[in-house]
Amino acid sequence: MNITLKKFLPHALVLLAILSLGACSTAPVLPEGEEPLEPRFSADRVLIKGATTSADEISDPWEGFNRSMYRFNYRFDKYVFLPVVTGYQAITPDFMEKGIHNFFRNIQDITTLINSILQLSAEKTANTTVRLVVNSTIGILGFINVAHEVPRSDEDFGQTLGRWGVGPGPYLVLPVLGPSSLRDGTGTLVDAIVIKEIRNAALDLETWQEWTWDILRVIDLRAHVAFRYYETGSPFEYEWVRLLYTTKRQLDVER
Amino acid sequence: MKQGLSLLLAVAWMTTGWAATEPYGYPITDRWQATVIGTPEQFKADLPDTIPKKKRRITIFEDREVPEPLWFDKDLRYFYALQKDPAPLIFLIAGTGVSYDGGKNNNMARAFYQAGFHVVSISSPTYMNFVVAASKTGVPGHVYRDAEDIYRVMERIWDKLQDRIEVTDFFVTGYSLGGLNTAFVTLLDEERQVFNFKKALLINPPVSLYNSISLLDRMLENIPGGVDNFDRFYNRLVEQIGKVYTRADSVSLNDEFLYKAFEAVNPDDEELAALIGVSFRISSANMTFTSDLMTNAGYIKPANMTFTKNTSPGDLQIVAHRLGFTDFFHTYFYTHEKKLQPGITRRELVDAMSLTEIEDYLKNSPKIEVMHNQDDIILAPGEIDFFPRVFGDRAKVYPRGGHLGNMEYRDNVDHMVRVFTQ
Repeated sequence: MNITLKKFLPHALVLLAILSLGACSTAPVLPEGEEPLEPRFSADRVLIKGATTSADEISDPWEGFNRSMYRFNYRFDKYVFLPVVTGYQAITPDFMEKGIHNFFRNIQDITTLINSILQLSAEKTANTTVRLVVNSTIGILGFINVAHEVPRSDEDFGQTLGRWGVGPGPYLVLPVLGPSSLRDGTGTLVDAIVIKEIRNAALDLETWQEWTWDILRVIDLRAHVAFRYYETGSPFEYEWVRLLYTTKRQLDVER
Repeated sequence: MKQGLSLLLAVAWMTTGWAATEPYGYPITDRWQATVIGTPEQFKADLPDTIPKKKRRITIFEDREVPEPLWFDKDLRYFYALQKDPAPLIFLIAGTGVSYDGGKNNNMARAFYQAGFHVVSISSPTYMNFVVAASKTGVPGHVYRDAEDIYRVMERIWDKLQDRIEVTDFFVTGYSLGGLNTAFVTLLDEERQVFNFKKALLINPPVSLYNSISLLDRMLENIPGGVDNFDRFYNRLVEQIGKVYTRADSVSLNDEFLYKAFEAVNPDDEELAALIGVSFRISSANMTFTSDLMTNAGYIKPANMTFTKNTSPGDLQIVAHRLGFTDFFHTYFYTHEKKLQPGITRRELVDAMSLTEIEDYLKNSPKIEVMHNQDDIILAPGEIDFFPRVFGDRAKVYPRGGHLGNMEYRDNVDHMVRVFTQ
């Protein structure tokens, strides 16, 4: 583990601890000693007894924390992340933006390659190897996606764990990165550490260069996700995001 | 024989001649497919990729108290795109449950901006943010009161913009429920005269709101086994899309992928109707639950129960999705309305929420035009005839397109813009 990560992790853990203290009960509030008044349409009246839904099957024991984190992410997005992304897009010429995006996708292909091997997927391993070799050489360190005809997939350590039978575990909303699960969050961390180790072994970067790399990576990531918090127009957005994320990851593991 | 042949030739010539003068090239003939798929890429109007769109927030009611779980929606969001030179300004009103920033408003904005208009885009009064930030009563769906809410929003936005731009004329348009809203906003403008709209265009509006919401509610009956089996329906859908997804070469969930999924799953009309029903049910659940939180009427949430920022809706979310627009109408909307107008009957309320209510105005007002589709799925049988009968040649009715499926088709976009530029 390199120095910046060692320095960064304790801070992140402290931040998580503080935020989790702010998380409270997910139950609604009733006036002292009162029973809930019967609404016009109660669950007893409308729903079949004992019916479960897909949403019920998602484990979310840390819901209070997750909801707090979801709100934190909205604010971070609104006041920091999106303004930075917009500024980045305004000052960077389009070809450079595209190049930087390709560069990080090429780095991402390293993660995909490792995980394709770990998943014993011959096809993905072969395709990703071709992509990596061609793009890193002819594509000038990945800045040009020469091998765009070769099918690309995104494989991460969360999927690898899933491939070998590890369930998603509790739903988890990560700071900045958003929806995840215990398994996928662990996977994200493992993938990040591996890439850093490879980077440090291959290159001798100054601290500021490492920071530039990491910050650009995160900006590029956000620039290519269309999702905006609280724009769905649903009072059930948290639940929808949880359901769709979980469904999508299940499909990702199966692919 | 010779006569027969020449007759055949004459018929052939006539049909080709007809086709040459009156071609309508929108390619999808099935109304359900058209509604779901929309316009395939190669048939879309040629519009600029980007316009100088600015997203903004505005406080409509200074003293508005927002329930804790909806804390982020205190201000109304909207966008505008302004020309540098003096130009006409057009307001766009979105359809049921859709935001100012939805796909259809964005496309309209691109088309009108390209044609030289200042554009201001507003959410539907049934969209959560509008209900929370800009609905005076917190109960959406009443055509007259929604028009007043929308008009107030337009005035506030205009207050902010008027020092910055020069406007030659004001226009307004909206699609689906937004089309119905447009009619009543235009009517209100006759009285208030703040904008003096020079022209208004209704795009695929309902005739009777109640008929349309009944049709939409009933679409869910196409779920095999009814709405109680929604979960099985959802899982099957995910499974089918999943099959396409797991086999696909590329992994991005974009239009192209969805189109591929559509082709592979090859849903029949019942399944498509169910899907459309589900999509509107989600809008109805969002609107209803939001309104219930705003008014504390005890519709789904027990009235003495308070939701915090962290409260999990649990079963209430499922209940909200089991109730349709018509449930909302009878047990919530009507109850609320009776408090304001004691003695009003359900029948009277149903009749009031429609274009037939203002038929005389529509008939005699040359500024209002309409475009619609013969096979629109939100109209009851025969309702489409209302438009040619009342609007005369101010009605443009296309032979197909379902509900808004052809809205991005080039002929439709041309017509939409031409209504305001001629």
